[in-house]
Amino acid sequence: MTKREKISSESVSSSRRDFLRSATGIGLGATLFSFAPASVFALPGTRKVVVVTFGGGARDEETFMPGGQGNIPHLLSELIPRATFFSQVINRGILGHYVATASLATGAYETFNNFASVPPDHPTVFEYFRKDLRRPATDAWVVAPSNGFGRIGESGNRLYGAGLGAGVILPKRLLTAALSSGGTRDYDHLLRDSYESPLYSQTLAGDAQELHRVGEILKLSVDDFTKLARSSASPDELSVYVAHRLMQRLAPSLLWITLHDMDIAHSGAYSLYLDGIQRSDRLCADIWKMIQSEPEYAGKTTMFILPDFGRDSDSEAGGNGFQHHRTGDVRSRTTWMMALGPGIRENVIVERPVESVDLVPTLGSLLGFSARLSSGKPLTEIL
Amino acid sequence: MPITPANLQPEHFAKYPPEARELATRYVALLRDLPLAFLPLLLRELIEYDWKFPAERRDLDRQLSYLAAAAPSERRAMFAAFAQLKLPPSLEETDWVNAPAGFSEQLSAFLWASHQIDAFRTAAVDYVQKLDAAAPPEPLPMRRLGIVLIGQGVAPGNGSSSYALFRKLRPHGVYFNQVDPHNGMQTVLDVIAGRYRAHPVAFDHWYIDGGAAESLSNGGVSQVSYQALGPVRAALLDRMQKLAQTNTMGPEAMSAALAQMKPEEVAMSGDSVLNHFQVDLLTQGSGTQVFSTTFVQWAAREALRRAQPVTLFARFAPRQRERPLSELLAGNTPTELDSHGSLIDGDMGGYYTWLNMQRLSDADKSSFLIWFEGGNEALAIGPSLMPGTQSSEALNLAQIFSRIV
Repeated sequence: MTKREKISSESVSSSRRDFLRSATGIGLGATLFSFAPASVFALPGTRKVVVVTFGGGARDEETFMPGGQGNIPHLLSELIPRATFFSQVINRGILGHYVATASLATGAYETFNNFASVPPDHPTVFEYFRKDLRRPATDAWVVAPSNGFGRIGESGNRLYGAGLGAGVILPKRLLTAALSSGGTRDYDHLLRDSYESPLYSQTLAGDAQELHRVGEILKLSVDDFTKLARSSASPDELSVYVAHRLMQRLAPSLLWITLHDMDIAHSGAYSLYLDGIQRSDRLCADIWKMIQSEPEYAGKTTMFILPDFGRDSDSEAGGNGFQHHRTGDVRSRTTWMMALGPGIRENVIVERPVESVDLVPTLGSLLGFSARLSSGKPLTEIL
Repeated sequence: MPITPANLQPEHFAKYPPEARELATRYVALLRDLPLAFLPLLLRELIEYDWKFPAERRDLDRQLSYLAAAAPSERRAMFAAFAQLKLPPSLEETDWVNAPAGFSEQLSAFLWASHQIDAFRTAAVDYVQKLDAAAPPEPLPMRRLGIVLIGQGVAPGNGSSSYALFRKLRPHGVYFNQVDPHNGMQTVLDVIAGRYRAHPVAFDHWYIDGGAAESLSNGGVSQVSYQALGPVRAALLDRMQKLAQTNTMGPEAMSAALAQMKPEEVAMSGDSVLNHFQVDLLTQGSGTQVFSTTFVQWAAREALRRAQPVTLFARFAPRQRERPLSELLAGNTPTELDSHGSLIDGDMGGYYTWLNMQRLSDADKSSFLIWFEGGNEALAIGPSLMPGTQSSEALNLAQIFSRIV
């Protein structure tokens, strides 16, 4: 563009909101409500939360804008009508997938190197949850796509940290271990740990012990796990299957699922990026159906869906459009979030700007723990 | 003791290529006056001077002479925002003179981590705007023309049945739906050859092909082909795999290491400027080594950004299919092509090519044509065409060109 497009978070939010209203029939903005407490459903010990990160990085152009609506039919027709939708969620942190997802999980903007295998500095939501509510290790789990997320379950904070975090399952790493035990083949697709670079620098290391430990937890043999992978179209499908097994076997109260397929956008192939969004859209609806069909979850589970961040806008000369998230422009920082479940108002749009770090204190208010080191604020609209 | 901008000496540039060394030495007094948050970024460009395109050289020369001519107080004001950024001592201690690309990677990571990236962005945008205002671009020798072909491998009619072609470009031009495809490719090649004859200047006319390039009657057109670079891509992928297996450096350091690769290391011969450009495409572009559609889009972007040509022809070809997990686990299956996915990639790539043309001088006078190769659909943008319209006239490509060139 010869003249730089002027975009603000508000305008991004407005276009998303206007489209939602026309597409889903949402009529009234949240600003018209006075928020009576909805926490009658919040009974610590029975309430469950599932967080799904709609990653890694999707733009409004391919989702909520008129040209993108065909990619998210499930979000639009099945989930948003049941949800309170925050149309302006701003991420002021580092736009790398691990560090940004860690920031979502701690409620504080983490500043470590995105590509380093380090724990978050601030306590994670899992630690707050387990320590304050005295929950066992089996009650908080993370299912994440790659090695890079291996340390996300537990921070390095000395007041929390060791032994208080969530169990972390990295299905691709398990699969690598499973395949290693059956001979080697050309599994380059699986070894691609990060789409953010043409260099697959973090080669997945399969750990046989970990494989058997998780196999025990999930009651899933190595053969069954491999068969399952053979029927999966993508790593995210495998992740959702593993998450479902966790729900059936351990019924954790706090389950965090990180989707990542759409980050193939870094390869520059637009059609594959669209495929990834469409798959994530379908998987989010699948997870919601799983919640409704599992007795341990039905009627007492709140699901949150939010992207970790967006991607660069087409108008940013320093970027290359959808391919990356490197410019830090408004579009890449402004996303959305939806919450649905018992006690959550349906068909409501919240227009005020909130931050992605507000998620953890909100979960604290819902579940009854204090996210004392988070820089976010509870989202009163859903409490 | 680490080198600081203030104590730079000509001998610090001893390892620079000849022309870059001469330029750095000539402007060393100016370089001493620039803040560390900016200077290595300038040196990153300067160190490549010997392999820069004429347009890039002109821009760099103009920038340096403009800065050197500015009064010290004016220069301080121009760089005040950069000077205010707080950098850690570890960055100051790096060899930013000889490895400015590595410094840039580390600087970027630090600015993100220290929440200074927005301040840096603002400073960079302001700086570029001041430069542009101070040194208006020279008039173009001829109006700029971009041509994009997509849809190779997709039977005409099939591609657009489930995907509305040119959806992002339609508001900006005329959509033709009755194009006579006969002799279309030859028409495009003739247009390019004719433009070169009218203005025979190196690197001002480009042809980028995602498959095997058609032969051009004129050898002066800069030509880049994904297929011709096959051996280079294989050598680079081999190098990348080896680097990855060592697992001793992070992606930023590995990117910096790859960025230092030279054409000679991957057995390239011929025009050294064009060869450096092609190696850059493969080492600095993400996905360019694997997907031909990404390669064409990125090559077109970089050619426009760097060489600022008056003619650019980009032809997308089918890329390899991304195999689903289940197929990979089923064992070795032959690599197939994904023609339909490539059509969508190319359609977006065409839009990005037009967008990147809009970032160059005299954009309002430029023309653009995108054609579903072998099919009846095309879209043209030009000063004399009505944006957001449709034409059902039966026209061949030569007739459409006559309306925009």
